[in-house]
Formats: sequence, C-alpha cells, structure tokens
Amino acid sequence: MEGAKTALYDRHVAVGAKMVPFAGFIMPIQYKSITAEHKRVRDTVGIFDVSHMGEFFVSGDGAADFVNKMTVNNVGKLSINQAQYSAMLLPDGGIIDDLIVYRFQDKFMLVVNASNREKDFNWLKEHTPQNVKLEDHSDDYTLLAIQGRNGPELIKKLSNIDTDEIKFYWFREGEVDGSPCIISRTGYTGEEGFEIYARNEYAYDLWDAIMDAGKKYKIEPVGLGARDTLRLEMKFALYGNDIDSTTNPIEAGLGWITKVNKGEFIGRQAVLDVKAKGITRKLIGFEVEGKAIPRHSYTCHQGDEQIGTVTSGCWSPNLDKGIGMAYLEKEYTPVGTHFELEIRGKRLPAEVVETPFYKRPY
Amino acid sequence: MSDVPNDLKYTEDHEWVRIEGDEVVVGVTDYAQGELGDVVFLEFPEVDDEVEQGQPFGSIEAVKTVADLYAPLTGKVTAINSKLDDEPETVNSDPYGEGWLIKIAISDRGELDSLMDAETYQEHIG
Repeated sequence: MEGAKTALYDRHVAVGAKMVPFAGFIMPIQYKSITAEHKRVRDTVGIFDVSHMGEFFVSGDGAADFVNKMTVNNVGKLSINQAQYSAMLLPDGGIIDDLIVYRFQDKFMLVVNASNREKDFNWLKEHTPQNVKLEDHSDDYTLLAIQGRNGPELIKKLSNIDTDEIKFYWFREGEVDGSPCIISRTGYTGEEGFEIYARNEYAYDLWDAIMDAGKKYKIEPVGLGARDTLRLEMKFALYGNDIDSTTNPIEAGLGWITKVNKGEFIGRQAVLDVKAKGITRKLIGFEVEGKAIPRHSYTCHQGDEQIGTVTSGCWSPNLDKGIGMAYLEKEYTPVGTHFELEIRGKRLPAEVVETPFYKRPY
Repeated sequence: MSDVPNDLKYTEDHEWVRIEGDEVVVGVTDYAQGELGDVVFLEFPEVDDEVEQGQPFGSIEAVKTVADLYAPLTGKVTAINSKLDDEPETVNSDPYGEGWLIKIAISDRGELDSLMDAETYQEHIG
C-alpha cells in the first residue's frame, strides 16, 4: 500500500487496525468495528490519530491581515489562545477548504484537510505578501483527538495545566504526561474533548500515556470510519463530500462563519452576490424511513422531478436509522418536507429533519 | 488471515456454498465480512423466488459500503435467514454458521463444478 505513515502507524498495525489509503496517507479506517468505536466515543471516550491533517504557520507583521484576507471568518475577533472555524474561498465563492485558525502570541496556525494540503499551501503562497512568513509544518506534527464525555477528565489528569479553564474553541500550550503540546478544546464528533498537537517525537509517549490513563474509561482507538459517522450525526460538513469548489458557503450552511462585514477577503463579492440573489439550493439533513443507507451521489426526487443529490450518508449508530446530507432545491428544504430517495433503482421515502441529528445528553 | 473452511465451495464474489442433499446453503465468506465491516442489514429475495447463477439476488449493507449478493447457483430459494433481520451482525461474527443467508434448491448439479474449492479461493483472496 502506498502512502505516508503517521508517527503512530506502528501502534495501529500492532493492534490489528484495518489500514487504507486516504489523502496520501495510510490511515486506520477501523480497529474492530465502526459501530463499536462510534459508541465508545458517544459513551465514554475514544482516541483518534488524525495526524494526516495539515498544519501551516503564518507569522510576520502582516500575518493577521493576511489570514483575514484569505479566510471568511473574522480574524480580528480572535484573542490570543483562541481558535475559530473558517474557510478559504475562490474568487467565485467556491470553497477551497474548511479549516481552523489558531491565534498564538506571535503567529497563526491554520489546520487544513489532508486532501487539500498541497492545494491550500500553494494558494496561500501565491498570495503571501513580503511581510508574512508561511511555513508548512504538517510533517512535524502529530494530532490526536480525544473525544467523548470522559475526555476532559482524562486530559486534565495528565496535564500540567488546568485544562478545565480551556473553553470550547480555545487552546493553551502545556504538557500532557510531560510531552509539550498544544491542547485545544475542539473536535469533530459533537462530544466534549480535546485535540492535541505535538511534535512527532512525542507521539508514542502521548498515545501510550493517554491509552493507559484512559483504561478506567474503557478508552479505545477510533478509526476514520467512525470519525465519519460521528461527524455525520452532527451534520458537520466533510470537504470533498458536502463542500467543494462548486459549493458556496451560504448554501452549505456556513453563513455563520462567513463575515461579509469584516472587510475585504477573497470570495467576499461572490458571497455578497449570492446573498443578494438568494440561494437556489441548500445543504439539509434528512432521515430515511425504513432500512436503507443513503450514500454519496444518490439522487433525491419528488414525483418525476429530481430535486437534489445526496452528499453524505450512513447508518446512524445512535439513531439506528439511515441519515444523510443532501443539496436540495430551496423550495424543498423546510424541515418536514418529504421526498424520495433513489437507492439502487428503488424509491424510498425520506424527510428533511432538524440537525444536528444527535444532541449530546450531558 | 481469513478463515476458509475446507468443506465448502466458493464463488469469485466471496460467497460460500454448503451442499446439503438437494439444496445448498449460501453465505458470505469471512474475508468478505471483514472487508465489508459492520453489516447493518440485508436485502433478500422471497422464498420460492427463482435466482440465476451469477445474477444479483439481494444486497448487503455495511456501515461503509453496500455490496450486491450474487447467486452462486440457479434455482428456487427454499429458505432465508430471517434471524438476520434483527441480528445482521451475525454475518460478521459467524459468517459460516448462524450468519448464513439463503438456501437454494439445486436445479443443475453441473453448476457446482464452476465453484472454487477452498484452496483455489484462498489463492483468489491472496
């Protein structure tokens, strides 16, 4: 199998993970069972190796203005040690990538999707002014996500700082079991927890320490398969499935991060145009009635008319039914709208529902 | 390493066949269940439906993917494993036993010759 290995590759193989090529890496898709791993995260805590994600550092006098111009969210609102979910747009409003922007004392860190790393870096490089330094440190960093209701307790016990003081979408630099790292209260699962960035040399120590201390919560490693079902239950968009260069942030439901009043940024005029004209389609969440699993590119219908296309779907382990996301023509997007899903030649009833599909009970 | 019992016949589509008198029991192999991952549900024909060798007779939906099921032999369906309605995960946990899928009455014993033995199937999956 061809692909880059994360620093923790041997740990995954040692416990019999099923490894698959993903975004240029060989990644664990599951260790034992996607459903069991999903439930572990929902019930107690799970640990994910998501080191394939890209980390760019932006520094220099012009760093804040540069990041603000390249991304849709308002960097001016970020305090030191705060993070924000954002996106980069093409001039026509298409989404280049979604990302997280971290503001440090002396720099910004942009965390991007593995599949877009090269494209993103080249795009940023093209626009980098003289007074900004842009560096790709993706290969130097391990990223672990510790997600689940027991995650905060677990990390607090191992850390030398009071991680309880880190609020959602804030971070601090500290140590976890003696390893220096960036401790970020973020995640992609809808659960409590942290994402921890550390240099690769600390990867084994961190993984082993967290696995060991997590035993009392029955911690288990979780693969990309469950990462997908967990994010889907939250209706979190996945680049390449739900958003891409042909979708704009307004129809994708990312208007809340797109701050058109913050000043100029790439794609702003296109977003203003979309807002003025109104969107023609919208990314919605739906449930299927009966036993069926919606999947990417299945079509949505009402009578003879095709009204949209599925972008993501799965069997929801928590709801025990088929759920999905689809772009539907705007008139069909209100919650409660019924439509038909074409699955392998058959039509099955589906309904637009409130999202997120899953709400954590604590 | 996937389990490949010696007493069964196999298809290229990763199904196994156990000959029991005038009918065969059909299931998916250990290799197939491993590749599919958690099975969520199955779609079957009805008892008495005719199936044709090499043609799809149903589907198997797993969390990550869906796969067609292909009839290993031509014949009439004599039984379906209705236990899988409530416990589809049995296909993962016991693919050669409780996780069987359907039974087919053999109409042409000659078709059995086109199936693989365990050794050939083992080579097929590498």
